[in-house]
Amino acid sequence: MTLEIFSYGFMQRALVSGIAIALLCSVVGLFLVLRRYSLFGDAVAHSAFGGIAAGLLIGIYPMWTAYVVSLVSALVITRIKHKFDISGEASVAILLSSGIAVGLILISLSGGFNVDILSFLFGSILLVSVEDTVLILGLTGVILIIILLLYRELIYSTFNEEQAKVSGVPVEKINYLIVFIAGITVVTSIQLVGILLISALFVIPNVTAIMYGRSFKQTALLSIAFAVSSVIVGILISYLFNITPSGAIVMLSIAIFAATISLKSMGLIESSKMRVKKLFLSNHFV
Amino acid sequence: MKIVEIKNLTVEYPGVRALDNVSFSIEQNDFLGIIGPNGAGKSTLFSCMLGLNTQYSGSIHFFGEDIRVAKKYLGDVGYVPQKPVFEKNFPATVREVVRMGLRRNGNEKRVDEVLQDVWIHELSHKRIGELSVGQQQRVFIAKALVGDPKILILDEPVTGIDAQSTELFYGILCELNKKQNITIIWASHDLDAVNKLANKVACLDRILFFHGVSDEFFSNEELVKKYSESSMQKHMHNHVES
Repeated sequence: MTLEIFSYGFMQRALVSGIAIALLCSVVGLFLVLRRYSLFGDAVAHSAFGGIAAGLLIGIYPMWTAYVVSLVSALVITRIKHKFDISGEASVAILLSSGIAVGLILISLSGGFNVDILSFLFGSILLVSVEDTVLILGLTGVILIIILLLYRELIYSTFNEEQAKVSGVPVEKINYLIVFIAGITVVTSIQLVGILLISALFVIPNVTAIMYGRSFKQTALLSIAFAVSSVIVGILISYLFNITPSGAIVMLSIAIFAATISLKSMGLIESSKMRVKKLFLSNHFV
Repeated sequence: MKIVEIKNLTVEYPGVRALDNVSFSIEQNDFLGIIGPNGAGKSTLFSCMLGLNTQYSGSIHFFGEDIRVAKKYLGDVGYVPQKPVFEKNFPATVREVVRMGLRRNGNEKRVDEVLQDVWIHELSHKRIGELSVGQQQRVFIAKALVGDPKILILDEPVTGIDAQSTELFYGILCELNKKQNITIIWASHDLDAVNKLANKVACLDRILFFHGVSDEFFSNEELVKKYSESSMQKHMHNHVES
């Protein structure tokens, strides 16, 4: 029974797409979380809702309109944020509510909610087509290559914008690039967990990994491991127990997070203070 | 040989003139101590020199080129801020932080060398947030040095650091200036340290009221007294205002 699952085409596509999306979300999400921009994914996803509604209303493939609307609104809100010195959380709130408002108006114009819009709200990874899988793999590859090529600039501007600027890093361009990459990643991920749960995929594996990781690379790898394992096990559980994959995936991420904070509160994961104490002892008494 | 030339630099913020017609130059291999009370314009001067603030009148030339036109000079400048500001839980090791300052195609071996230079190599695998402020400042010096700068700019780098770390820090600066011929531009409140380390002094209080050889400043009792009084008055003023 268990092995039989892997022989189904829809399951193969779901797993391949899911793994690619998990990889992408954890890597891109790490930069967002460390920039205190955790809810940005949520905001872009909600503006994608407006794009999806527009696509359904005018009869264009909704994912294309979602990409266009999300990217334009993400870049516009970033520009407004920089120009008028609006805080990150306030700009996220503006983007989030305007996306939902536009979406609701367009949906009511098209005659109300239907199955299509619900699948975008809650995800439909088991329904991804071959074309979708190819698109997801292609976008994942391109984004990961960009991140690898600009790794120093991305990590440096995330660590300290002013220092990065002084070292000649084009910080403003890098900020727009992150917003652009995050926008594409969010819309691509809607098929896996849906608009409503998108930020879980960006935030939870990264917050968990930061508690374990010592270096940036180690943290990124741990985050990928947590996200990918949640997706694989979540999809399998959803099939075996006939539950929604998005819910199962996010609950597994939360379970890993809960286990981590339990281990930490029991002192089984070293806190920063303990590490400093050990460092002090090893420097002075060994 | 002049490597930095500042002419008639004036910076105005709403209602305040932060720098007023400041002009001076810095020679290669100088160890320049910039002194001045709080609010004297030291950080404003640095933010202009580093290209972070472009709203000024006058001109700043690095290596003969106007920094408003040529940004390439930043590759030859290392900067150590007043306090190492970063997200406390940022998951990066000391080595990763230092590598951020490495130029594209820079030699990885250089990271080890600068870690040794600032006596921090034993901590290279530690997470940056686990170190003391003094150790973090040494990591920031290493990051500034890994790109092989010709000029190192430091903005009151020992604020909040204990005496032992401060001494170590000053020792490192001296070595960089004397052995590696790095020009050092260093803002400080510590007159004794400036007297001991710097060969040139610039005394700033929105206007530049002294620039020249360190001995000339410190042997002139009137100048030192004037500086101390101005500094004390500013301190008292700030204290009363707060």
